[in-house]
Amino acid sequence: MELILDTLGLAKSAELLSLSPPGWGGNLLRGLANSLQIAFGAFGFGLLIGLFGASGKLYGGVVIRDLLAIYTTVIRAVPELVLILILYYVGTDLINQAASAMGYGRVEISGVVAGIWVLGIVQGAYATEVLRGAIQAIPHGQIEAARAFGMPPFMLMRRVTIPAMMSYATPGLANLWLIATKDTALLAIVGFSELTLETRQAASSTRAYFTFFLAAGALYMIVTLFSGAVFGRIEKWARRGQPSLRGAGK
Amino acid sequence: MGPPRSAVVAGGGQMMGWRSLMQPHRIVLMALFAGLVVWCAISLRWDWIPEYTPLAIEGAWRTIWILVVTTIAGFLLAIPLGLAQAIGPWYLSVPAKTFCTIIRGTPLLLQIWLLYYGLGSLFPQIPWIRGSELWPYLRQAWPYAVLALTLSYAGYEGEVMRGAFAGVNKGQLEAANAFGMPRFTMFRRIWLPQAIRNVLPTLGGETILQLKATPLVATITVVEAYAVSSRVRSDTFIVYEPLLLLAVFYMIIAGIIALLFRRFELKTGSRA
Repeated sequence: MELILDTLGLAKSAELLSLSPPGWGGNLLRGLANSLQIAFGAFGFGLLIGLFGASGKLYGGVVIRDLLAIYTTVIRAVPELVLILILYYVGTDLINQAASAMGYGRVEISGVVAGIWVLGIVQGAYATEVLRGAIQAIPHGQIEAARAFGMPPFMLMRRVTIPAMMSYATPGLANLWLIATKDTALLAIVGFSELTLETRQAASSTRAYFTFFLAAGALYMIVTLFSGAVFGRIEKWARRGQPSLRGAGK
Repeated sequence: MGPPRSAVVAGGGQMMGWRSLMQPHRIVLMALFAGLVVWCAISLRWDWIPEYTPLAIEGAWRTIWILVVTTIAGFLLAIPLGLAQAIGPWYLSVPAKTFCTIIRGTPLLLQIWLLYYGLGSLFPQIPWIRGSELWPYLRQAWPYAVLALTLSYAGYEGEVMRGAFAGVNKGQLEAANAFGMPRFTMFRRIWLPQAIRNVLPTLGGETILQLKATPLVATITVVEAYAVSSRVRSDTFIVYEPLLLLAVFYMIIAGIIALLFRRFELKTGSRA
């Protein structure tokens, strides 16, 4: 193993990337864990917002529909970086005001919670559109049938709408998940130590820029390819029972 | 990437008639919004604006300039990438596909930092690059920013163009062939225009996404609109006002992009 690395001239890189100090591999993996944690949280929070947002856009009153339209349009027109800063400052300000109103001192907000809050609101706007499209793609008769049987709205959502829309929503949600994992890199700019910031710190203290940025790129690629495979499985599962369209368009 | 990207244009390009604006609840909402704007104008601090106006104009101009250059260059790069994936032999399609996958699978911020810090630390060690006429440019940050954004746009658009090229009606190409049209003329007159027309809405959404990616180059010391707002924040400790103004700026540019693409679409008939 060492011989191969030596002949390829990669011995130094392997040393830098080793998991135990003085190697920086452990730092990178810790950063990756932080990134994934935030991506999971933000994706989940975004889905929750999206579910309510889509219901509001489809079945809500005029005012709710207009407000949601403003929410999705504004979020999708302003750069994530700017939104992250605005939401970050608004979030910390609100919490600190609430804390001082209740008689506590300044609260230090954990990076993970702030990241999930900020990215979740951004994801929610996109999820609203994805889920709205998916719900609209459900044959209307299915929902009407459930209503005709007197199903309460929440049960209707759980038993009919969500299972039926899964196959339409999965490709869009897979995209959203990938955007979530990549958007976590933006939190590096507000100083949260996720993968990209850990990489930059490692790179600038060892001067081995290519080694570390390529290693981080490989980690992101692994996440991307792995999630692609997982979402492929989910889509296949969501489409079970649907006739195959392969060769139908030819 | 599908739904969320193309949805950007659909949301931005929604044209509202005068009558639909005049519904009672919308009038109330607009009044509330106007009240909010007035409140912002009166009670927030705007006294920093005159001092920073020249810098802000310079920054806004640089944002627009970077956006235009990188979308055009990226799109020109995306055409061969899409073509290679759609009809190319394996030794062209595999590298093109790998390139697109890598660009789409890693964060843009990482790509920008890799190019800037990586190449930027490598170049000074190579004597003939230091001696070349390009060196004064390579020492600045913007060539790396432009390169990174161009490659990123090309990577996303290469994927879009692959579908676009594959989606053009085969009979038309066969007809051109039957008339003895040279291959390049056929590509220029029939294949490319139709491919572009089919994906115009997607391209509009992608261009807005590219606009939203431009602030990332502020992290490698390119002074564009976002960097100006950061400087105001760090100089004066005013947090919200520059950011709000910046958000409005990006919304206006995004609106203009959506309108431009809408006009293209109407002109080329890609939107019925």
